Amino acid sequence: MTRRDLVVIGAGPAGMAAAATAAELGLSVTILDEQPRAGGQIYRDVDRVAMLRGDILGTDYTDGARLTAGLRRDGVEHISGAVVWAVEEGFRVSYSRNGRGAQITADRILLATGALERPMPLPGWTLPGVMAAGAGQILLKQSGVLARNAVLAGSGPLLYLIAAQMVRAGTPPAAMVETQTRADMIRAIRHAGGALRGWRYLLKGLKMLAEITRARVPRFTGATNIAIEGAQRAEAVTFTSHGRSRRIPCQTVFLHHGVVPNAQAARSLGVSYAWNTAQACFVPTVDPWGESDVPDVFIAGDGTGVAGAKAAALAGRLAALRIAEAADRLSAPERDRQAAKLRAAMSTELAARPFLDAAYPPCAEAIAPADDTVICRCEEVTAGDIRRYAKLGCVGPNQTKAFGRPGMGPCQGRYCGLTVTALLADTNARTPDEIGYYRIRPPLKPVTLGELAALDDSTLNSAK
Amino acid sequence: METDYAIIGGGVVGLSVAWGLLSRGRTVTVIDGDDGSFRASRGNFGLVWVQSKGMNQPQYARWSQQSSSIWAEFAAELEANSGLSVPLEQKGGYDLHFSEDTLQATVDKYEVLKEKLDGDYPFEVLGHNALRKEEPHIGPKVVGAILHHQDGHANPLRLLLAMAADVRRMGGRVLDGKTVTGVSKPDGFHIDCSDGTTVRAAKVVLSAGLGAAKLGPQLGFRAPVRPQRGQVLITEKLPKMINRPSLIARQVDEGGIQIGATNEEVGLDDRVTQPGISKLAAEAVAAYPALAKAQLVRSWGALRVLSPDGLPIYQESTDMPGAYLVTCHSGITLAAAHARFLPDWIEGTNAAPDLEVFSESRFAVS
Amino acid sequence: MNPASPFLEMDDVPRVQVSFDGARLSLPEGANLAAALLAAGVDVFRNTPVSGAPRGPFCMMGACFDCLVEIDGVIRQACMIEATEGLQIVKPHEAKAGNDPA
Repeated sequence: MTRRDLVVIGAGPAGMAAAATAAELGLSVTILDEQPRAGGQIYRDVDRVAMLRGDILGTDYTDGARLTAGLRRDGVEHISGAVVWAVEEGFRVSYSRNGRGAQITADRILLATGALERPMPLPGWTLPGVMAAGAGQILLKQSGVLARNAVLAGSGPLLYLIAAQMVRAGTPPAAMVETQTRADMIRAIRHAGGALRGWRYLLKGLKMLAEITRARVPRFTGATNIAIEGAQRAEAVTFTSHGRSRRIPCQTVFLHHGVVPNAQAARSLGVSYAWNTAQACFVPTVDPWGESDVPDVFIAGDGTGVAGAKAAALAGRLAALRIAEAADRLSAPERDRQAAKLRAAMSTELAARPFLDAAYPPCAEAIAPADDTVICRCEEVTAGDIRRYAKLGCVGPNQTKAFGRPGMGPCQGRYCGLTVTALLADTNARTPDEIGYYRIRPPLKPVTLGELAALDDSTLNSAK
Repeated sequence: METDYAIIGGGVVGLSVAWGLLSRGRTVTVIDGDDGSFRASRGNFGLVWVQSKGMNQPQYARWSQQSSSIWAEFAAELEANSGLSVPLEQKGGYDLHFSEDTLQATVDKYEVLKEKLDGDYPFEVLGHNALRKEEPHIGPKVVGAILHHQDGHANPLRLLLAMAADVRRMGGRVLDGKTVTGVSKPDGFHIDCSDGTTVRAAKVVLSAGLGAAKLGPQLGFRAPVRPQRGQVLITEKLPKMINRPSLIARQVDEGGIQIGATNEEVGLDDRVTQPGISKLAAEAVAAYPALAKAQLVRSWGALRVLSPDGLPIYQESTDMPGAYLVTCHSGITLAAAHARFLPDWIEGTNAAPDLEVFSESRFAVS
Repeated sequence: MNPASPFLEMDDVPRVQVSFDGARLSLPEGANLAAALLAAGVDVFRNTPVSGAPRGPFCMMGACFDCLVEIDGVIRQACMIEATEGLQIVKPHEAKAGNDPA
């Protein structure tokens, strides 16, 4: 089995930057990524796509090509199409590639697995045609597939970005149904001082809003009672905005109210997480270099709390510096000297975050869904079920799993975990930290039994 | 006294006993652990099983048979009371063999046991072809199976939920998220919890699984239980492909194929390992080759609660009369017996089953 | 261009022939299979094994497992597969009406 100084999981901005930096400092590095080509979700397929539609996607996307170039340097092995399904102490990483199991070992692990859309359980959100806004962007980026008649619902800067890109591509959305209120914006103003340091982001935001307005995309703010209608697929979005009920026929609905760290691999290794109130999600306990409380396990990028692609790349470099120093390839003073510049840049990147988190809070009715709303898409468990299990003594989400199967399907709780924690916290009058989260175990992604069996070296298999 | 009985441990074993006592009109307080406690009730294989039990102690075989024979009626009452389903299927189960030698050796042992049980041990041996008629997906490496007609399987999580609901419906008080730190008996039992809660009870049942090893001595028990890890797999939901359960694989009522289980002496480590799950997958694919294309969705490790000889322990404390230790490996199989028969033993009625062979005296230091 | 599809395709690339539940479809070669099926007008990729409810792609990044399809007897995520000539894609088995728990 190959042994590496460092195995990086995820070839998004954090993982690519870390791999290149670590290799530059003399470490042997393997970067494993699920996608056929590097970039992560933010720079998905950028090497191929930049020339096709870089104009629509903007320089915030095409800039990713600088990072993918880093993977082509000596010392970096990029294994694409590799779906990691176990990371065990040692470290032993098991992954699936082209239907075959493979393994690699490493002295240190960097988890750069990014973020997931915050689950947005609303009535009808499981219907075909309803997708995460990030999915809409991926369709555009990687595949050049555009929704003709989409409604964007929720809140947050990504919603404006995708709307602006749709406008540029000639298929403006049918409407934007936004859940944030004027009160949220007023609350956010107190963070405006910090936000001015991140003025580039605010300016971009204003430009996007101008593009959307110019294209006469109807915007409805302070939206409540949002539901998607349809029998076999999405047919319309209904909601109330400023006292008026509305129904907008559409075939595609893109939902978004923020992204949250993808914690599966880190949790499976036993990394501790704590609730972050500003971001309304769990974030891992890491030091300023991204090292977690499990020694030699590092996390960089949106997996430590959502801060965006530029910050992710900086965090990846910082982690690589510390890893190189720990592996005796870099002196501590030199590490700190190089880190100082990165930290200054990071501070600017993060400046607008508190303002954005306050101005675009999660959609309240998706955090505490109505009783009959499905919250676990895989096992089709409703919010009411979870509240009922809480009353039957479920003090945490692992007992609700046993009682009603939420989190037991193939997505392994990725799209219900935070909802279940929030519902239990609310019903039991506890904090999210007290309630906790699902215990995550391998396989991190489903793997066929045949593939798993082929890795068995006991007598039964070798007799074949 | 607050309550007739305090039950320490709210898993399937504790809830079964609580349910039985509540049915007899006793007041019961169940003290349960938290979300992260080791819980065999959440991690078990769900068999309601007779074969291979008590090969050296026919009374254990008989106790398992008694429980299995009333399981359906017990589940029906639980379903009727709670309004929740408790899926159960009892149409036999297999011990699959990959070698004629192990098959014959097992049959020989079953014949000996059958004689001790006065012939009440209904099993038959199926050769490969006969087995294939019953299980079309069985693979060529399986030479045959022992089909035992008293075996079956249940949905253990549905059982847990139904009992949790029904114990409350009958007025049982359940304290969740507790850690019992001490038990004393100045005037009746005082059970102290780490959060300051104290429960006062006339009698105590210690059914805390592995937790009994630590608490038992305070109550005058030896409680020699140890953990043994079993890793278990479950696939995506599939159309019906396995008719009867075996120790290797069973198809659960929701459609997934559950595959078990490793036997590992690793202490209080309930993690999953790649070698562990690969070994289980290889065995399952050898038994049912079509499973090679099935997706493994989840795996987990759970800790069996084992006594030195693998049999249950039922013991009243001699130091603290009124305290009872109830612990076993097969909480699902024995749930019906624990609910229906154990209250008679605890209360010392005329109907009390003779459980002397399960007392701690069998562990006397030699 | 499929007029029945709620999606437009921007790129003009060579096509491959595949089948989805028996219907022949022409998809862009090497395209993300989930994206290509959406653009070809497929909206229901499967019905769930729990209730039979219809589902299609949701996350497009391999996390939600809603775009599951069956290829060569293996149930996989369409959003993690590339379209290649001759793919035979079927909907995975679903819950039967009155799902028999036996």
